[in-house]
Amino acid sequence: MIRYSTASAVALIASLGAANAETTIDWWHAMGGELGTKLEEIVQGFNDSQEDYTVVPSYKGTYPETMTAAIAAFRAQQQPTIVQVFEVGTGTMMAAQGAIVPVHQLMEEHGEGFDPSAFLPSVVGYYTDSEGNMLSMPFNSSTPILYYNKTVFEKAGLDPETPPKTWAEVEEFSKKIIESDAASCGFTTGWISWIQTENFSAWHNQPIGTMENGFGGLDARLSVNGPVQVKHWGNLKKWADEGIFKYGGPVGGDNAPPMFYSQDCAMIMNSSASRAGVIANATDFELGFGMLPYYDDVEGAPQNSIIGGATLWVLSGKSDEEYDAAAAFFSYLSSPEVQADWASFSGYLPITSAAGEQMKDFYAENPGADTGIKQITLNEPTENSKGLRFGNYVQIRGIIDEEFEQLLSGGKDAQGALDSVVERGNALLEEFQAQNQ
Amino acid sequence: MKRTIFSNQLLPWLLLAPQLIITFVFFLWPAAQAVRQSFLREDAFGTRTSFVGLENFAYLLQSPEYFNSLKVTAIFAVSVTVLSMGMALLLAIAVDRMIRSTRVYTTLLVWPYAVAPAVAGILWWFIFNPTIGIMPYVLAQVGYDWNHISSKTDAMMLVVIASAWKQISYNFLFFLAGLQSIPGSLREAAAIDGAGPVRRFFDITFPLLSPTTFFLLVVNIVYAMFDTFGVIDATTEGGPAQATNIMVYKVYFDGFIGQNIGSSAAQSVVLMILVLILTVVQFRFVEKKVAY
Repeated sequence: MIRYSTASAVALIASLGAANAETTIDWWHAMGGELGTKLEEIVQGFNDSQEDYTVVPSYKGTYPETMTAAIAAFRAQQQPTIVQVFEVGTGTMMAAQGAIVPVHQLMEEHGEGFDPSAFLPSVVGYYTDSEGNMLSMPFNSSTPILYYNKTVFEKAGLDPETPPKTWAEVEEFSKKIIESDAASCGFTTGWISWIQTENFSAWHNQPIGTMENGFGGLDARLSVNGPVQVKHWGNLKKWADEGIFKYGGPVGGDNAPPMFYSQDCAMIMNSSASRAGVIANATDFELGFGMLPYYDDVEGAPQNSIIGGATLWVLSGKSDEEYDAAAAFFSYLSSPEVQADWASFSGYLPITSAAGEQMKDFYAENPGADTGIKQITLNEPTENSKGLRFGNYVQIRGIIDEEFEQLLSGGKDAQGALDSVVERGNALLEEFQAQNQ
Repeated sequence: MKRTIFSNQLLPWLLLAPQLIITFVFFLWPAAQAVRQSFLREDAFGTRTSFVGLENFAYLLQSPEYFNSLKVTAIFAVSVTVLSMGMALLLAIAVDRMIRSTRVYTTLLVWPYAVAPAVAGILWWFIFNPTIGIMPYVLAQVGYDWNHISSKTDAMMLVVIASAWKQISYNFLFFLAGLQSIPGSLREAAAIDGAGPVRRFFDITFPLLSPTTFFLLVVNIVYAMFDTFGVIDATTEGGPAQATNIMVYKVYFDGFIGQNIGSSAAQSVVLMILVLILTVVQFRFVEKKVAY
């Protein structure tokens, strides 16, 4: 009996303590390694800055794993308050109206002094609804840029300070590089889907789907088999056969960076956020940065590139205190100091104009670091270059990779491969529409 | 007939309870859920659910990707089974003929079995990595351009090798035990009658090994079809162009990555039916032809 009463007394004291203490919310994220450490540092900064709220970050694996975990948790009513979701999950999250709390609503109801116009339109545009309301909080956004090996350029007799501007120059430079034996391949790329298809289309002001690339509604369908995309995929196949281009594998193209680091390939197109990693690995050669190449015979090119990366979504079914905590945390996250710190550390893009201003000195000291931000703000985004919003898009990206592999192995030509992307992708979009109506 | 009668009706159930609960919670309940989900269409978060009857199944039957997955699974399962059993049998015969150091070899050969499938996958992924691996380098010397990232054949070979390698140890143990239980006098008698080693193997050893072989056949096919998820996930993730997307991996990918739970559930139901058919066929028809 005595033991029982002691135990319950302890429990009572513990619960009283909890009632007085701060509100704790969970944040599930997908940032491993150095980025994860930096993220925890930022969260620690928030937790130390005030006494009412505590944010607990948990690393949940890759982007798909984190999203899957959050969805499973939601179904079991154990969801975190905040979850980091990659950009291709946007369509799925947006359609789940009962499961999310849009960020604009959260900030209006629980936050203080929220000003949507402070954010960079080219970044938040991807995550707003058709009325211009922000649905999720951009956290880590990047855009693909060109990295090149100045040492190899010099060996091949090219000007090391001039990266290729057009695809014709990419071809010409690559041939010179291979002929002069400066490197064995011209270029490689990460992300066939994100870089050579989606960004390629935006950069050339070509649609990849109907209804403003899916922003217009669930009945949008893919239309990525246009002549410009077909020409580019056809060229990639041709260049792969000639040895100018080497394929780095599906999804992010894990095998592409090693080919660049080992100086087999003189150029690589990859995320601006891999800047730190590229610099760390480019120990034996001089590194240069450039914008993505374009075809100069396409009208309107170069337009602007689109972003990738992830945003923070707030899930429904939480208490007002927890939403207060989330709103306070988001205000902290989007403050210019935190943004500038995070962006200069990681190579991700700052999400507010104020943060961009703060980073002027950093950009001046680190040439090339502003390539990404210049690229996404090059022109006012059109309906083809705002971004894209399709359901089941993780699978559609898989289809893009598969059809590209079919093209490389000679099973299909460029038109056939992109026609299959559209046909197979649209079947998934129909399924998604049916699931969400 | 003598029967043990329990006077207490509850006791036997209590004793069975742990096993029954585990079976129910981890096997029957999820299986029932899968059957239920296979008739539903649902968004990822489960906020909108509708009954669609057999539509998920109809969609599968129209899908060329699904038929591709069936074909890939068949090729994969047969290759893994043949390769791992063939290699194991060769090794077992070699060890069986040894007079000394049998134990050392047996111990060494069993080691790979302790390696988890995902680890085995990573191991072979490193060995065959087109950029940094040792095998592509060696193969390039003899003029073969190995690249499992773009070549479907290379990718299939990689997952078959990685999956079979692990299973060789297991098969080896059973084959060795089987070989050692065959009386030496039978083979000696045949040798005296003038039968050569090959003839002796096919006329005496192999038929007497058939119970072991049959058992291993079942185990290996089940292994290749259901336990190789880790190998696929760690090496090819079903690619390139779905060339190694076996049925189990497709269930995972469509359900967990693609969030299409209805289709994923329908695929698991098809898989359940397949296992059922496979088991019936093996035990009803194949077993009769095996001399125990």
